[in-house]
Amino acid sequence: MKKNWPVLTLGAALLVGLALPLATGASAPGFYVEVLLGGLMTGVLYSLVALGFALIFKASGVFNFAQGTMVLFAALAVARLAERMPLWAAILLAMAIMVALAWLIERLVLRPLVNQEGVALLMATLGVTYFLDGFGQIVWGSDIYKIDLGIAKEPVMVLDKVFQGGILVNKEDFVSAIVAAVLVAGLVLFFQKTATGRALRAVADDHQAAQSIGIPLNRIWVIVWSVAGFVALVAGVIWGSQLGVQFSLSQVALKALPVVILGGFTSIAGAIVGGLIIGVGEKMAEVFLGPVLVKAFDLAGGGIENWFAYVLALLFLLVRPEGLFGEKYIDRV
Amino acid sequence: MTKADGRAGRLGEVILALDGVSLAFGGVQALRDVSFDVREHEVRAIIGPNGAGKSSMLNVINGVYHPQQGTIRYLGREYRDMDPHEVAVSGIARTFQNLALFKGMTVLDNIMAGRNLKMHTNILLQALRLGPALREEIAQREVVEGIIDFLEIQAYRKTPVGRLPYGLQKRVDLARALAMEPRILLLDEPMAGMNVEEKQDMCRFVLDVNDHFGTTIVLIEHDMSVVMDISDRVVVLDYGRKIGDGTPNEVRSSQAVIDAYLGVSH
Amino acid sequence: MFYRENGQFKSSYAADQQMLPILQDRVFMLGLLLFAFAAVPFLASDYLFLSILIPFLILTLAAIGLNLLVGYCGQISIGHAAFMAVGAYAAYNLVLRLPQLNFLVVLVLAGFIAAAAGMLFGIPSLRIKGLYLAVATLAAQFFMDWLFARVKWFTDYSPSGSVSTATIEMLGWKIDTPVRKYVFLLGVLVVFTVVAKNLVRSHIGRAWMAMRDMDVAAEVIGIRPVYAKLTAFAVSSFYVGVAGALWGFVYLGAWEPLAFNLTLSLNLLFMIIIGGMGSLLGSYFGAAFIVVLPIFLDQVPAMLGVPIPTAINSHLQSMIFGALIVFFLIVEPQGLARLWAIGKEKLRLWPFPH
Repeated sequence: MKKNWPVLTLGAALLVGLALPLATGASAPGFYVEVLLGGLMTGVLYSLVALGFALIFKASGVFNFAQGTMVLFAALAVARLAERMPLWAAILLAMAIMVALAWLIERLVLRPLVNQEGVALLMATLGVTYFLDGFGQIVWGSDIYKIDLGIAKEPVMVLDKVFQGGILVNKEDFVSAIVAAVLVAGLVLFFQKTATGRALRAVADDHQAAQSIGIPLNRIWVIVWSVAGFVALVAGVIWGSQLGVQFSLSQVALKALPVVILGGFTSIAGAIVGGLIIGVGEKMAEVFLGPVLVKAFDLAGGGIENWFAYVLALLFLLVRPEGLFGEKYIDRV
Repeated sequence: MTKADGRAGRLGEVILALDGVSLAFGGVQALRDVSFDVREHEVRAIIGPNGAGKSSMLNVINGVYHPQQGTIRYLGREYRDMDPHEVAVSGIARTFQNLALFKGMTVLDNIMAGRNLKMHTNILLQALRLGPALREEIAQREVVEGIIDFLEIQAYRKTPVGRLPYGLQKRVDLARALAMEPRILLLDEPMAGMNVEEKQDMCRFVLDVNDHFGTTIVLIEHDMSVVMDISDRVVVLDYGRKIGDGTPNEVRSSQAVIDAYLGVSH
Repeated sequence: MFYRENGQFKSSYAADQQMLPILQDRVFMLGLLLFAFAAVPFLASDYLFLSILIPFLILTLAAIGLNLLVGYCGQISIGHAAFMAVGAYAAYNLVLRLPQLNFLVVLVLAGFIAAAAGMLFGIPSLRIKGLYLAVATLAAQFFMDWLFARVKWFTDYSPSGSVSTATIEMLGWKIDTPVRKYVFLLGVLVVFTVVAKNLVRSHIGRAWMAMRDMDVAAEVIGIRPVYAKLTAFAVSSFYVGVAGALWGFVYLGAWEPLAFNLTLSLNLLFMIIIGGMGSLLGSYFGAAFIVVLPIFLDQVPAMLGVPIPTAINSHLQSMIFGALIVFFLIVEPQGLARLWAIGKEKLRLWPFPH
């Protein structure tokens, strides 16, 4: 990356903001680390959802507005099915449903629109979002449901020798982070090492070229959307067990959009890094910046985290539109 | 004797000059240290094998690409990174190899769009379509109709451009460029994909523009008979480098050029 | 047979460039306007006004605004309800703090404030386009959501965050009954439609469409991208801001912080996709569709003897919206407006097949 002053300035500003609470002593180190960890955990979940975005965009050039609603749909499926069968069975069945969904989307939405430009496809996924929202709530219901992963919900005190009073870590968060990390590692391996992964990358580069060497575009798309569906399922289960499965889940998942902006639409690594940055940034802003703003402007409560991610993405778009790891797009005339 | 010989007396001073222009995209070197000039009122052809950098050359003059090195001198100003619309306003227009027409608009609207840089009524007047705005709209419409007459496309003025055959689309592209009343007109393969009659028509239009309006023409063309017939001077590019510069006859007999690509003469 | 241009020759450019060059169209439009202004106030029921006509008129105005930006200038915005919020809260504060202002003046000022906000959040469009721009516009949506919910000054320190508005009074004329609201809104909409039509067929409109169709070529012919894009954002946000003020004052009367949320933004987008992007008539169709569909789903199945429980109704609506968006994108990307245009072409030939 050649020297890019606006990016460096933005990065520096963020780092300074990050270090301020510690430096000014406005918060106890232990608490700071807690917030940081909390942010990282949330960030991992964002990364998961963003991975789904990045996968689909990488392989089909489609920006899947419906990713969030897929998370919700998968979570609903698991939650409701788990009422009638053991959790592992519910998860498997839900996965099968997500694959079927992927197939349907490819057949009914992607294939007819194959030559359209990005914006038309974005709007088509908007249509899918509306449809899935309604369909999911008719089929699975619209109450709040629980997913019980069998992990203890009480937080655990760790590192009380290093920081005074120790740090409260939520076991569930911890397990989620591990699962997510494993998933991400698995996906990276899948892309780099397997034949299908290579085919996916070929398709992402150039649809026509990939077709001309015999890669079956339609099947690839079903695979990609199924993988994205799987990712949505994992994200849905993890998030659902923490927050409860409800409609707002799809809105939270919308947060993954800024993540792919930061990371670059086509980069797996970017989805991870972007997710962590957004997760940490927004938590820090909410906890430390929020009270400052509330006092300064006499606000009615915080809620910074509702927009922090987006504004950060906006600033990033102005200085480095292709994201941290994305490819620069050259307009040939 | 070519058509150009009889008209040599009309040539003016140097109006556009490129000086040591080099352009690269990532690892690809599109232009290497290219220098040449263009005189007012002349017809300057740029020829060369595919991939020689001809379109990139026009894009550099236009401001679409900014060269890493070298300058462009036009009307006494030197520039390297002017924005395309500033270049347009200063009097340089162009057509495109791949027809960059506005597919969502009619022929008339496309050409009227070329008049945009001459239309200045503010947005409020346009919103209410009062006095000055209405008068300007009609005055510009008259100018555009003149161009439509000139290029003989009256029958198609209300047709969406996407529905026209290729040859007519090329004429609309030319009309839009002419609407800008340019001093220099850059034509990127204006005869590509045309049959003999269409080429003759297009040649006639290009020469008419040069004769009647005095517009300097810089054109990229592959058809050697056209180049030899209508151009005053020719620049030859190969792999981004200039390998020939002179009158059509000089260039035709240059060994370097022949070696590069003139295998068969038309 | 009835709908032909035969014999309608134009002998001046002004005549050729008029809004409705075909005589039959002018007659139809005149008839429609007469019907809308003179007949409907006496024929329609209160329910029709309040549930269908009033929201339809305001949403059409908003849809025209969004269409100018997305359909004519090609800049995507999926957070446009944010500017409706700006218009609504601007109007609220103007009426609150400068009560002597005529309401029309308030509307125009609110529009300008919304236009300024639109230009600010439109700045990213100078560097990014397409999907990236779409995400950037979400920043406007969520930021405005937060701003009007948290910065107490905007809601006059209301404890619940909600605001309510008094009846509008203009020149001694109270706009309180459904009929008066309808006529007022109709008047506003007609004026704004004419203005939009004027803009679209003059050089700013051509600049917008050129940016949409091929922005590099547009620059090359001398169109300044900054001017074209920012004016598109400004005018679009002006329209949408006025619509927001009207939505709050005339339709809702009182609203809570999240009245202008993402759902409304997406609904606006839905309106112009289904109605037809790049078509003012399409904005009308799209708004009509979105207002009528829920009512249709409410009443018609019950009338046909297959009642749908209310709980399912809104979800079913979502499904139908979604399916329709995909359907239209595949089958007729230019929406209902194009279907209408095709119908008119067929009408020209009628009764002949071709």
